[in-house]
Amino acid sequence: MITDLLSTTVLIGILASGVRLATPYLYAAIGETFSQKSGVLNLGVEGQMLIGCFAAFYVALTTGNLWLGLLVAILVGALMGLAMAFVTVNLHAQQGISGIGFYLFGLGMSELLFQRLMGTVETVRGFPKIEIPVLIGIPFIGEILFNQNILVYGAYLLVPLAWFILNKTTLGLKISSVGENPDAADSLGVSVARVRYFTITLGGVLSSVAGASLSIALLNVFQQNMTSGLGFIAVALVYFGAWRPFGVLAGALLFSMVNSLQLWVQVLNIPIPSDIAVMMPYVLTILVLVATVSRVRAPSALTRPFEREE
Amino acid sequence: MQSKLSSLFDAFLPVIATLAALAVGAVMLLFLKVNPLEAYAALWDGAFGSANSFAETLVKATPLLLVALGICISFRGDVINIGGEGQMIIGAVLATWVGLTLTGLPGWLAITLAMLAGFLGGAVWGGIPGILKAYFRVNEILSTVMMNAIAVQLMNFLLRGPMIDPSQAELASKIPQTARLLDIFHLPRLAPTRLHLGALIAVVLAILVYILLWRTTAGYRIRAVGQNPNASRYAGIKVPRYVVLALLLSGAFAGLAGAVQVYGVNYRMITDGSSSGFTGSAGFNGIVAALFGQLHPIWSIPASILFGALLVGANKMQRVVQVPSALITVLNGLVVIFVVSSEIWRRRRQRRRLAAAPVEESPPEEDQPNVQTKEANQ
Repeated sequence: MITDLLSTTVLIGILASGVRLATPYLYAAIGETFSQKSGVLNLGVEGQMLIGCFAAFYVALTTGNLWLGLLVAILVGALMGLAMAFVTVNLHAQQGISGIGFYLFGLGMSELLFQRLMGTVETVRGFPKIEIPVLIGIPFIGEILFNQNILVYGAYLLVPLAWFILNKTTLGLKISSVGENPDAADSLGVSVARVRYFTITLGGVLSSVAGASLSIALLNVFQQNMTSGLGFIAVALVYFGAWRPFGVLAGALLFSMVNSLQLWVQVLNIPIPSDIAVMMPYVLTILVLVATVSRVRAPSALTRPFEREE
Repeated sequence: MQSKLSSLFDAFLPVIATLAALAVGAVMLLFLKVNPLEAYAALWDGAFGSANSFAETLVKATPLLLVALGICISFRGDVINIGGEGQMIIGAVLATWVGLTLTGLPGWLAITLAMLAGFLGGAVWGGIPGILKAYFRVNEILSTVMMNAIAVQLMNFLLRGPMIDPSQAELASKIPQTARLLDIFHLPRLAPTRLHLGALIAVVLAILVYILLWRTTAGYRIRAVGQNPNASRYAGIKVPRYVVLALLLSGAFAGLAGAVQVYGVNYRMITDGSSSGFTGSAGFNGIVAALFGQLHPIWSIPASILFGALLVGANKMQRVVQVPSALITVLNGLVVIFVVSSEIWRRRRQRRRLAAAPVEESPPEEDQPNVQTKEANQ
């Protein structure tokens, strides 16, 4: 049985699905990285994901157009992000708590709309796999990395893009300065409010796309509460990755690889109770948080609303 | 005089926030082509229409209040406990195990031990993130969320395997549930309804938590750490210890909520694979109730009744006007958002009051009460 687990096809299967499963974590956690870098903890990720998940699915189901579904998810995510930004930036609400509010809102809203508009679980034909010419030919790696759907590729392209924006552009500099020392940033003429509006809205959009990636690219169904905690894990991955896009990538891959391994363990009938196997990624996340978090420092102004001294 | 009026206004902020949420809910109902008045009438009728429905409201409010009491403690200590769901589950599992193992005991003793077991189970499940936060700087929001997921799987595993009802184990269906508790182990009913002793226990504990927070040194220190950890450290308070205590107690109350749910309502544990299948999301809704009660244990009592009423009324509303009860989850979310958002007006008035006070009494700029900075230390 152990030899089954180690055969090449199985190994490719595990790794390929691990690469695929990291997709929603990547979108959501990269979005959260932007907002945390600017000093805003958005705990509503899970709610934003659920709304995006439903919106994309419902539009794709009724119009048959996946791109339209994705577009609607982006718009809805932007709206949720703007609402969060208003509450955070203008009303100075305590972020850990308003995030719970947005989570409950998204959880209820997606279920309400699902029951009212659909009622039963349906499926759509999601984004198809695209083989990248030439690269697919690379033995072993080709099958794992270069035979995925467009949203998976998008998630992995987002990582270097986010790194570039955060580290090599003026915008990135503004974001970190607002997150580290909003007063200083303000006195240098950076609009703290505008930067935070941008990052929170971007976070909303990416969370929503993360949800869409589940419902129209990976699983191709919608069910109530289908993210089941995924958004919260995405927030954890930001800490795990120490607010660096490539750190987030490492965390997302580790988490999804363990998850994928766990699924295969079940498929292959290896005698570990499935409930215990499902538990493992969470246990692992806690352990890794213990090992890494104490060594990195969060953005100084994280969770602190900004108010100009009069 | 004016300050009295304005503090009265502060007390009513949550009520205003709720009315605003209901107003948004009404707009949503219009979009769903349902008459909001009809829907809300059904909601009210379902929650308070008869002695029975009011008793149901109180039954639903009981776990909310217990969770909320724990939240009052932890949030006052500036510790965000989102692990109520998992803590409820572990408390319930341990309490159920006690009841199914110690079948030879007299009822009152078994119930007492079971409640203690629930308290203990929740304390362990809350204490772990507490230790992780205090000594390893792991953000408690994240660890409690992970602990929720772990608790659910642990429950599923136990109810499918070691703790499964022996009669189910023989059947092909193998429904994942424990055996039923002995009749003498059920929490006594208080009226010819489903209202049980748990409700009374919760109210008594609300008073005890009030005393703990405002009349004991431990409570004072928890609040001091929550207000200003640095000042507390200089004052000689061992900050990490009180962080752990706040989370541990918070978890303990949620664990008790789980135990009460088993011994007062279900008389066994059964799982549908998710946490809300057992808790009915009380672990989350308790947070809402506590916030609504302004993190005050006594005010959490009416707050819990309000949210219990919304939950019970939602079922009736679903039957009468066919609006999915998920609407209530949406309203809960809006209430939370509106309540935290409305804080700004309270703070503004507070500042104006301070500014209006004579100069020698006005504290220096940095010392101004600043609620938002409370959770800055991650």
